[in-house]
Amino acid sequence: MKNTNEAVIVVKKLKKYFGDVKALDGIDLHVDKGKIYGLLGPNGAGKTTVVRALATLLVPDSGTATINGIDVCEHPTQVRRMIGLAGQFAAVDDFLTGRETLMMVARLYHVPKAEAKKRTEDLLKRLNLEEAADRVAKTYSGGMRRRLDLGASLVGRPEVLFLDEPTTGLDPRTRQELWQLIRELVAEGRTLLLTTQYLEEADALCDYISIIDRGKVVKAGTTASLKASLGRDVVEVIVAESHHAQALEIIQKVAACKATVDEMNQAISVRAAKGADMLIKVVSALEKANIKPRDLSVHRPSLDDVFLAVTGKKTRPQAQKTKTSRGKK
Amino acid sequence: MQSKPSIISSIGMTLSDIGAIVRRNLMRFKRTPEIVIFSSIQPLMFLLLFNFVFGGAISASSGGSYINFLLPGIMAQTALFSTLQTPIALVADLDKGAIDRFRSLPMSRVAVLAGRTFADAIRMSFIVFLMFIFGTILGFRYQAGGGKLVAALALVVFFGYAFSWLTATLGLYIRNAEAVQTAGFLFVFPLTFASSAFVPVSTMPQWLQVFARNQPVTQLINGVRALMLGGPTDAVWITIAWAIGLLAVFVPLAIYKFDKTV
Repeated sequence: MKNTNEAVIVVKKLKKYFGDVKALDGIDLHVDKGKIYGLLGPNGAGKTTVVRALATLLVPDSGTATINGIDVCEHPTQVRRMIGLAGQFAAVDDFLTGRETLMMVARLYHVPKAEAKKRTEDLLKRLNLEEAADRVAKTYSGGMRRRLDLGASLVGRPEVLFLDEPTTGLDPRTRQELWQLIRELVAEGRTLLLTTQYLEEADALCDYISIIDRGKVVKAGTTASLKASLGRDVVEVIVAESHHAQALEIIQKVAACKATVDEMNQAISVRAAKGADMLIKVVSALEKANIKPRDLSVHRPSLDDVFLAVTGKKTRPQAQKTKTSRGKK
Repeated sequence: MQSKPSIISSIGMTLSDIGAIVRRNLMRFKRTPEIVIFSSIQPLMFLLLFNFVFGGAISASSGGSYINFLLPGIMAQTALFSTLQTPIALVADLDKGAIDRFRSLPMSRVAVLAGRTFADAIRMSFIVFLMFIFGTILGFRYQAGGGKLVAALALVVFFGYAFSWLTATLGLYIRNAEAVQTAGFLFVFPLTFASSAFVPVSTMPQWLQVFARNQPVTQLINGVRALMLGGPTDAVWITIAWAIGLLAVFVPLAIYKFDKTV
């Protein structure tokens, strides 16, 4: 028997350039069996490109990627027998019913017909799509499409699942349902790599997280260690420009740590275990110095804060993801 | 650890994969009948327009039945125009992520393209046959046996099928539905109009005759005429040779490009 700490996905120095765009700039990953591994990053960070390389959809320029020790470039067909992919765009055919979709994919996995029927019925039940099974997917809601897409990735009973932004665009309740489903799938022994833009999602699901920016892993570790290193809350203060330097000095003194400054709006932020207490301390210290804050806030660290803390810059809005990962090449 | 599957079982799997994709694509036609309806109305419109607009003038000058001359041309044109749908559907599948899903599955590499072109050939057969029915209603009378009639329809579809690999290749290189349709017309219009489809080639200027006589669509039309109306069947064999040539070039090219398409 395989022991539980065996690495299922191993990625070494993976590189992929699209012209000048470094979609992957030397990524390393190590995903253990039975774990959920999260790739966290903004649009265009390279998350989808990692998934596409692992799912044998694109050939990297250099580096290696193996699944259960099998190289994805050298033996793609063997790799495809072990993986399931649910893409960002919920690639279900509008004109097929839920049942037809699952049957078709089962047949393409070369599952015998009787077994394919059984798996299809089981999955429809499990994904709560029984009632909609004979309706074409065109009539499905966003959540139903995601569930069907996930179902299609499960009919082949893969050991390894790739979910590319599984909940982007879903409402909170539907997202919770999908999270529950994802947890169940992993509890059954699957290994899962998911990409997300939401720290909250990575926090809720993942055992390990790699934060990715511009094709590089900027920070990796267990979810707990990453959160610990970030502190719990973020206190953010904006003051008039004339007081900025003075305020920065006061805040760093009060918080006894280095503050970060947002390049865009000059917001000064510090992390603290108890945000509200820190906010009061900061405000009274500023008051003593006769500085009136323009804006004050306390919040849990978001992906932006993680980025600010890890890379020293805000996440950049980028529209190139779809181009770099799905454009023609 | 992993044993290589035998050749027989891998051929079986490939056929089963192609079957699954053909079924999927036919379901699309069934569930969106507009696709089939409008791609039938267009050639019907051509048939009616040519028959009633040019028919009088041409029958008067040649003394023969124009519909007998016209229908083989319309059938060939129908087949060629219908191949323009192949790259559009292919690009849509690429853009919507359907092909990503297929490629992440342990299925045959050629099944997506073969399944596409086979399903489109089935639709093409239906529409070409429909044109034959409409032509017969308009007065077309074939003058050979039933076997030759089937051979004529098969020749049109076989050539159209081979041509759809050319348009599929075009679609994979251009990867934009609107652009590929425009580009496709650049091929299909000269090939169907500068041919023996609507008027005798001998009425064209000398320089155009050189092209019109030798290009494959004229051979196809002449072959169909020979099978349906009688006459020497050299053009049938030349058409088959063209179709095999198209397949020999564009099947590998399309598969190569498909593998490289990200």
